[in-house]
Formats: sequence, C-alpha cells, structure tokens
Amino acid sequence: MSNMQLKNPILRWIEYRLPIFSFLDDSLGSNYPAPKNLNYWWNFGSLAGIALVLQIVTGIVLAMHYVPHVDYAFDSVERIMREVNYGWFLRYLHANGAALFFLVVYVHVFRGLYYGSYKYPREILWWLGIVIMVLMMATAFMGYVLPWGQMSYWAATVITNLFTALPWVGVNITEWLWGGFTVGNPTLNRFFSLHYVLPFAIVGVVFLHLWALHQHKSNNPLGIDIKGPQDTIPFHPYYTYKDLAGLGVFLLVLAAFVFYSPNYMGHPDNYIPANPLQTPAHIVPEWYFLPFYAILRAIPSKLGGVIAMAASIFVLFLLPWIDTSRVRSTKFRPVYRYFFWFLVIDVIVLGIVGAKPPEGIWILVGRLATLYYFVHFIIIMPFVGWFERPLPVPDSIHKPVLVSAGAAAVEAQR
Amino acid sequence: MKRFIRAAAIAALVVTTNAAAFAAGDDVKNPTAQGWSWDGIFGKFDRAQLQRGFQVYKEVCAACHELRYVSFRNLTEVGFSEAQSKAIAASYEVIDGPNDEGEMFKRPGRLADRIPAPFANEKAARAANNGAAPPNLSLITKARHDGSNYVFSLVSGYEKPPASMKVAEGMNYNPYFPGHQIAMAPPLEDGKVQFADSTAATVKQMASDVTAFLTWAAEPGLEARKRLGFKVMIFLLVLTALFIAAKQKVWRDLH
Repeated sequence: MSNMQLKNPILRWIEYRLPIFSFLDDSLGSNYPAPKNLNYWWNFGSLAGIALVLQIVTGIVLAMHYVPHVDYAFDSVERIMREVNYGWFLRYLHANGAALFFLVVYVHVFRGLYYGSYKYPREILWWLGIVIMVLMMATAFMGYVLPWGQMSYWAATVITNLFTALPWVGVNITEWLWGGFTVGNPTLNRFFSLHYVLPFAIVGVVFLHLWALHQHKSNNPLGIDIKGPQDTIPFHPYYTYKDLAGLGVFLLVLAAFVFYSPNYMGHPDNYIPANPLQTPAHIVPEWYFLPFYAILRAIPSKLGGVIAMAASIFVLFLLPWIDTSRVRSTKFRPVYRYFFWFLVIDVIVLGIVGAKPPEGIWILVGRLATLYYFVHFIIIMPFVGWFERPLPVPDSIHKPVLVSAGAAAVEAQR
Repeated sequence: MKRFIRAAAIAALVVTTNAAAFAAGDDVKNPTAQGWSWDGIFGKFDRAQLQRGFQVYKEVCAACHELRYVSFRNLTEVGFSEAQSKAIAASYEVIDGPNDEGEMFKRPGRLADRIPAPFANEKAARAANNGAAPPNLSLITKARHDGSNYVFSLVSGYEKPPASMKVAEGMNYNPYFPGHQIAMAPPLEDGKVQFADSTAATVKQMASDVTAFLTWAAEPGLEARKRLGFKVMIFLLVLTALFIAAKQKVWRDLH
C-alpha cells in the first residue's frame, strides 16, 4: 500500500473513504516499480491501451449517427462524412486508428516473443494478451462490415461462410450467425450490436491483463527477474514520460494518415454500396488480416484452411511450453535470434501473399510460408531451446545498467 | 546480419502495404497521373474549375448519372453565390409530396433538395442504358483506385480497339476500363459545352474540370481536412518535442 501524503484536505477526505489515489499510485504511479532497463519496445503496451480508448471514444460518437440497416447504413456513413460536424475526422480517426491499433498490438506481441515475455511466471498474462488480440480481430471484422460497402458485404460473406466448413453443424451454425439464410439485415444488426459491446469486453480483459502484469511486474530486455529495489524505478515519472514521448510519435503517424492519406489503408470498393449480385474482382481483407488470410487459403481444403488459421493463433497459447529455452530474452540466444527474424519475415511474406490473387507462384509461396510458420513454433522453438547454448546472462538488472552508463570501454571489449 | 534482416523486414513491410493497396491489377492500363490542384498537403480546389466541372456534369454526365449525395445547397461550396445556387436549384423539377390530397406533385428545386437523379430507380436506369446501370458519381473518385486520375483517363482516353479485339455490340473500347469494353459511349468531344468564362472546351479541359468537380463531390471536406491537418501536425510536432524533452529531463539524473 502506498503511504501517500496528500496535502489537499478534500483529496485526503476522499482517500480516507475511497483509497482511489493510492490505488492509482500503486497501479501506474510512483509506487509501482518497473524494471529500470525497459527499452522503447515496451512503449507499445500502453500505446495499445490508448489506441483502444481512442477507438471507443470515436466509436461511441460515430454510433450516434450511424444507422444499422442494410438500406441506410451506407448512406448514414456518407452523412457522417458530409453533414455531421467533423464527422469525416471521427470516421477517418476510427478507421485509421483501428489499423494502427493492430500495428501497435502486433509490435507488442513480437516484443513479447523476442524477450520471452510469455515464459514463467507470465503465462496467464500472455494468454490474456492473445484473448485480447482475438477479441480485437472479431471486433475489427464486424466493424468493417458496418459501412455496408462492397468489401463489407463480401468480407462478411466470406468469413461467415468459413463456419459452413464445420462438419455436421456447419450450415446450422452459419445460419444462426446470419439470423437468416444469407448475410442480410439481421446479420448487420447483430454485428453492430457486437461491435459496440466487444470493445468493453476487451477493456475487461485488459484489466485482467494489467492485474496479471502487476503480479510479477514487467519483463525486461535482459529477461531476468527483478532482484530488489536497486533494479527498479518508479513507473511515474520515468515511464509515464517515456510513454508520452512514444504517444507523441504515434499521434503524428495517425494524424499523417487521417489528414493526408485517410483512404490509403482502405479499399476503394468499400465506397461502392453492397451489391449481393456482384462479387468484387478480388476480395481482400484489411492489411492486418492478410497473413491469416494467406494461411486460410494455403490449405486446399476449406475445413483444413479454417483449422490452420485457428491453429496459427491457438499455437501462441502453447508457447510457454513449446519454448524450451532456459533464458527468456532472445538477446542471449545466439541461434534462436536468427529464427526470430525469419519468423518476422515469414509473417510479412504471408501478408504479401494474402494481398495477391491465389494463382501462379503465390500459391506455392503461401504454402511454404504457412508451413514455415508452423515449423517455427512446433519444431524450431523446442529444438533450438534444447540444443542452443545461451550466452552468459547478467546477474542483475542493476549491474548492466551501471556498466552501460559507466564506460564505453567495457562495451568495446565485448 | 541482424541489421540486414531488420532492413529487409522493413522493406518487405513497405512492399506489403503497397501490394495491399494495389491488389487489383489486371491488364488494365494504369491511369495517367495528372498533377491536381488538390494534391499535396496544401492542396485546394480551383473554384472556377469546380464550376466548369459542375457545368460539364450538368450538361453531359447528368443525362445518365446521378450525383446522389450532393444537394443544391452544397453548390455554395463550389463558389456559386446563394442566389446562383437557388437559381440553379429552381431550374430543376423535383418530385415532392404527398400533398393534402395524397398526391405527389412537381415543384421547382430548392437549396435543401438533392440534385435529382436522371432515372426513377436502378431498373429504369438499366433499361434506358442497354442493361448497364450508370453508376452514382458522387463517390466515384473514392470508389476507384487512383480515382481522380482514373476518371480523367477514362473519359478522355477512348481509343480505336486493337485489330485483334472484337468489341461487342453497343460497347466501346477503353483501355482504362477493366475488361476494356465499356457501355458508356465517349461522353466528351471538343466544344461539347460552352464555358461561361470562355475557357476553350477541349476534351482534356472538360475531363479535368469534371474530374475536379467529382473529386470535390466525393470529398467536400478535403480542403478543411488538409487545412486542419497542417495545424494539427504543427501542434503535434511541438507537443512531441516537449514530451521527448521532458522525458530526457526526467531521466537525466537517473544513472
């Protein structure tokens, strides 16, 4: 518990009855100890939280003007763009904010992968993170359907049709999801309802994620445990200010998209109203789904593709046991280090394949990249962990911090 | 090695995002880049050009294409005065009603009315146009890849079909159109309209004017967006610099 000395008598009065100030101070204030060596890759967690709040705030205002009906949805979005004061700003913020939210979360996940943040004792913290990511995907997909443009409609059709691949009950489940015999008004209505409510479910899981985080504190670039107070610094002011610096850069990138290239990450076909009688030439998801889309299409059977796509995420839950390495941080793993970057490249290649029509060389590339994705997790990770000899790991966070600040000569000797 | 891999990863990322944006690539001829007044971070529409473009829309395109999301009151944003916009609105007949007798009736257009569509519904549009419904033009430059250049290239880029190609009955050859066969006959020819400001009405001139107008129609907030954007970017640059300076100051005495 924080032993806060509040000077203001009103705050003290509140604190005595509801200890909210000490709670905040313990959670993200001066009484929350964080490893002193966190690098800028650790900014992406708090950035993701801010991106979530931005989506919720812009989304709530957009929902005040949006009409979830197949005959009016597209027009209501255009009304937001043309008639609602700063409606274009809200909608572009929401659309581009969603894309950057995914970018931030993907960096956050790869940071966790690189520094072994999923390993003991942070397994549940990691799982909760994956649950958030899956909820985000569901939310983003349903949000993309709402403008009821061509890509909205056909994305809804393609993705909901995946459930028909399930044996026996596939068609029943799909019709239950649709609320009819095809994607239609009931589908749009429930997608809107779920798109509104799921972000709040995400907020709930984020709280659990933070709760689990605070139990054992942040991992760090060295991947070693906090040994004592000499290894930590208070979250505030050190990391609050560091997070603000990162936030500034994030907002600059977001503003650059919103004001100067708001439709760059979108697809022109979604400015054509949904037409069930005309399929677009290429049905392409938003870029943040492309790697998963490539895995889905890499398997020449519908059920197989669905299973592979689900497995590509599910495998992440198993990481704490798949990874047999004795050390957390890839910094001290001379062999795995290369495989990590190959995985990054592999996922990017999958993204490229996902954007291409499934023909010619892209089918082969997609299959190889999909195969490698699973080989990485199922074969490479356990075996490299067994055979690799990690580099010597420092004794404490405190010591290397002193060294790196102390002398460049020590650095040169290494 | 690590640095190389990192650079390769970033390069691949750039390629991917571009690949996603340009995914639709058949053998369609890419639109020719024109360089428009609204490009760039300070881009603005040329009001005289927008008004000429509206004239081209009104006298040529509007015979078949609706402009669904534009109302007469929006014409003041194109640079017409309120009186001019009212006069333009009044030159149209709008169906209103039902009146107290339950009948629909016709009356002159008002500022609050949308620009009336040439056909009562899509079926009627299809029936009158050889089975191909002319698309709503109010979002056309956003609904096509590289929209402004596409519209310009399409309306001014009709050609004789190559000898190897047989163009179907009632269709026209246009290298910029997916499939190269388009139901729309070449809409423009030199001198098709008489511009009030005595600009020579060449095909290229009319094409770029109507492109400007349709780009405005697709995104009337474009100028406001870029104006606000500049202020926001300056603000955020200063804010970020302050954040970074504050971070440095806070961290300085740590080590």
